Amino acid sequence: MASQIILNLLIAFVWMFLKNTWNPATFIVGYLIGLLFLFMLRRFLKGDFYMRKVGAIINLVLLFLKELVLSNIAVIHEIIRPRLRIRPGIFTLKTELKSDWEVTMLACLITLTPGTLTLEVSPDNGTLYIHAMDIEDAEMLAKQIKGSFEKAIMEVSR
Amino acid sequence: MKEVIVESLVGILILLGALLSALSSFGLIRLPDVYLRSHAATKSTTLGILSILTGAFLYFMLLDGHTSARLLLGIIFVFITAPVAGHLIGRAAYRTGVPLWSQSVQDDLRAIIEQEAQSKERGRNG
Repeated sequence: MASQIILNLLIAFVWMFLKNTWNPATFIVGYLIGLLFLFMLRRFLKGDFYMRKVGAIINLVLLFLKELVLSNIAVIHEIIRPRLRIRPGIFTLKTELKSDWEVTMLACLITLTPGTLTLEVSPDNGTLYIHAMDIEDAEMLAKQIKGSFEKAIMEVSR
Repeated sequence: MKEVIVESLVGILILLGALLSALSSFGLIRLPDVYLRSHAATKSTTLGILSILTGAFLYFMLLDGHTSARLLLGIIFVFITAPVAGHLIGRAAYRTGVPLWSQSVQDDLRAIIEQEAQSKERGRNG
């Protein structure tokens, strides 16, 4: 991915040299043209076309924001309820993510989701222990986390 | 016309942020144990601070014509660090043996920690 970005920047600079004008507008035009070239030549490049990955990252950030808002609504609903009706607990979540970076992302996302808080990550990165505010059905909660976040992170990392 | 829209948007954002922060402090008083309080502290305060900073950013950008990159950086830093802080406080509390609330229903971590302690003990003895 990094090599494709550098190549794209290089094409933009070459475009600025060809036009002999040095301003941001020319750079942006050159960058877009480079993007078109890279898209046409994507068969010969290592890995996927990098804009797909950029799209996945944007997707992940949007998911982050959405979950933050939803989790706030959930937590505040619990706080302002006249009598507490929560049933907290700790459940385990097996994850297929491997690298430190991916597991860190997943732990941060879980901490910001409705009513869950990562307490501990096992040394081999395979299991997460999560404190849930309302543990109605741990299985369901785990499946939900796996379905949305793990997939979104995998889209970015591979 | 533009000023009215901008001012009402900024007002809503900042009031919402203040309200969220206030509610999360109520949560700190009401909820029964460290972990649940940590839920309230990490989530509501994060979003509260984010919306206050966004309101300030929009105010300076749209009415004063001054784009403050520091506010944007502040938003990003708060967004990244708050969940990590919540995780660390919860982990430290669990490791030092702070009990869960009496009405908690499930505790998968206790067995793991005890196992770890036992194997450490064995290592020291053997």
